[in-house]
Amino acid sequence: MPAITCDNIKNFACNYICLQVRDKELLSLLGPNGSGKTTLLNAIAGFTDYQGSIQFDGKRIDRIPPNERGVGYLFQNLALFPHLNVIDNIGYSLKIRKWNPVKIRERVNELVEMMNIKHLVGRYPHSLSGGEKQRVALARALAPSPLILLLDEPLSSLDAQTAKYLRTELKQIQRKLGITTIYVTHDLMEAVNIADRLAIILDGRIEQVDDPETLLFYPHNQKVSDFIGAPNILDCDYCKNTGQGVMEVGWRGLKIYVPHDGNAIRRIAILPRHVYVSEDKPRGPGVNSFVARIQDIIPRMDTVRIKLEINSNSLLAEIPCHIFEEMSLEKGKQVYIILRMKRIRVFENGNDSHFSG
Amino acid sequence: MKFLKRLQPGWGLLPVVFFLTCWELISRLNLIPGNLLPPFSAVIVEFYHLSTSGILGQNFLSSLTRVMIGFSAGSITGIILGTLMGWYKIADRALNPLISLFYPIPTLGWIPLLMLWIGINEMLPVMLIFICSFFPILYNTITGIKNVDRDYIKAARSLGASDFQLLTTVVIPLALPNIFTGLRLEAGMAWRVIIAAEMVAIPTGIGALLMKAESLIRIDIIIVCLIVLAIMCLIFEKLFEFLEMKLTSRWKRYAGNNM
Repeated sequence: MPAITCDNIKNFACNYICLQVRDKELLSLLGPNGSGKTTLLNAIAGFTDYQGSIQFDGKRIDRIPPNERGVGYLFQNLALFPHLNVIDNIGYSLKIRKWNPVKIRERVNELVEMMNIKHLVGRYPHSLSGGEKQRVALARALAPSPLILLLDEPLSSLDAQTAKYLRTELKQIQRKLGITTIYVTHDLMEAVNIADRLAIILDGRIEQVDDPETLLFYPHNQKVSDFIGAPNILDCDYCKNTGQGVMEVGWRGLKIYVPHDGNAIRRIAILPRHVYVSEDKPRGPGVNSFVARIQDIIPRMDTVRIKLEINSNSLLAEIPCHIFEEMSLEKGKQVYIILRMKRIRVFENGNDSHFSG
Repeated sequence: MKFLKRLQPGWGLLPVVFFLTCWELISRLNLIPGNLLPPFSAVIVEFYHLSTSGILGQNFLSSLTRVMIGFSAGSITGIILGTLMGWYKIADRALNPLISLFYPIPTLGWIPLLMLWIGINEMLPVMLIFICSFFPILYNTITGIKNVDRDYIKAARSLGASDFQLLTTVVIPLALPNIFTGLRLEAGMAWRVIIAAEMVAIPTGIGALLMKAESLIRIDIIIVCLIVLAIMCLIFEKLFEFLEMKLTSRWKRYAGNNM
């Protein structure tokens, strides 16, 4: 499988983009809407004009038409052909290549097995659910054994639970096939969960390409930091397994519980928007619930950032403006906070890491 | 309830039966002066006579042949040219101005010119039907092709389809509902136009029979011809409706949104 090299790609949305995707890597292209993510994918797939050059494994492919680039493309709206049933959708690329019908059937069966969609084969796209369509579309994209897979926000239209399930599956399949993949998304959590490396694209420029941990902890510049939302990074003093997949970590005198079952935890991170602020003492068991004092209130575009002090340590929370207006928060006021357990990101002593949740 | 349900499809016939009864009564009771409305039963008898003598069959066949040839030629040309214009921008740019110029001319307006150009022969009605079916089918095809979602096209391309494969396996099948709308409407229209052409210019066919009946003041024959026409228009329209359903109903109804 080839590596992808984008060399000074310039067009209406891309601003001299240079990007290298390694062999067999899953790179997540992360950026807000309108940042040029999809345009870059389209350039790689050959659907849009550009200056500069794109190479697959060192070979320039700029003059190769899209149908000969050997790229599998999963569109945001999936674009399953409505007039073909599941089998014909998946086998489309093979029929185009004039494969022997027996071989087509074999290959389609293989993909249908891999994607667990055997029960859907005779159905038409209109009768499939979002998750089912997703699987069919992925099977279709993988059918001709593409060298490169481009995924354009493939899970954005699914409910959180299905998306999470499919994300894991997608990652497994990518690993199994060892296919070089670019995964476009605007969701940091999704990107961190699935990708080997993240590339942050803002206003048509690649601002930073790094592994999830480096990117979260060491953003190169203010723009990246603003985009990823300045996560609270907590270095753990100790880590204790309490059993049942939950670990207790200590952070400057506070006990924080995280759902984790693996190596010892070195650091945890939580985005400010996942720190809940409440004026009243929250009900419930009080796990990860602490008393804090407001140090500062920083209004932003449509959110308000609240700098909190807990045991003389700082923590950042972020709440939407309309919720802030309903509360009466002011500097020096004592509030209750909850670190949402499922949203805490865990970094183990090894290199491996994952978001719990 | 079951009995009522079984009756339901037949209920559509009730107004027709009512209409025919009224017609028969009005005529039998001489409510319309001057024998201008023969009773329905007399029309049926005449229908029988015309059929057995072969006059109706002969005229009907010549009309049918003209419609079939003109309509097939017009629709095939319309579909091919429409596909080219919908798919290739250059073809669209080159031909659109010309076609926009000719399209508004009413089909029957061509009769005098065509009579002088090709004379009064079999080609005249065929040509008229060709013109009548060509333009609307052309426009429907262009719209159908242009309306195919770009994402389907991109998907097919990324899956390896060449231009021609893309056209035959994705674009034309997805444009079929639009193409069929054109075919269905024009199949009925072809019969309307052939009658007009035969009435004015050609001595054979249902239209010509109508005109002969008019000169002999045979209202019953006129009505027989009109009934045949009505039935043929309906059969042609329904035939294409059926074909459309066969080819597209499995997916069409649901394909409004992105799949």
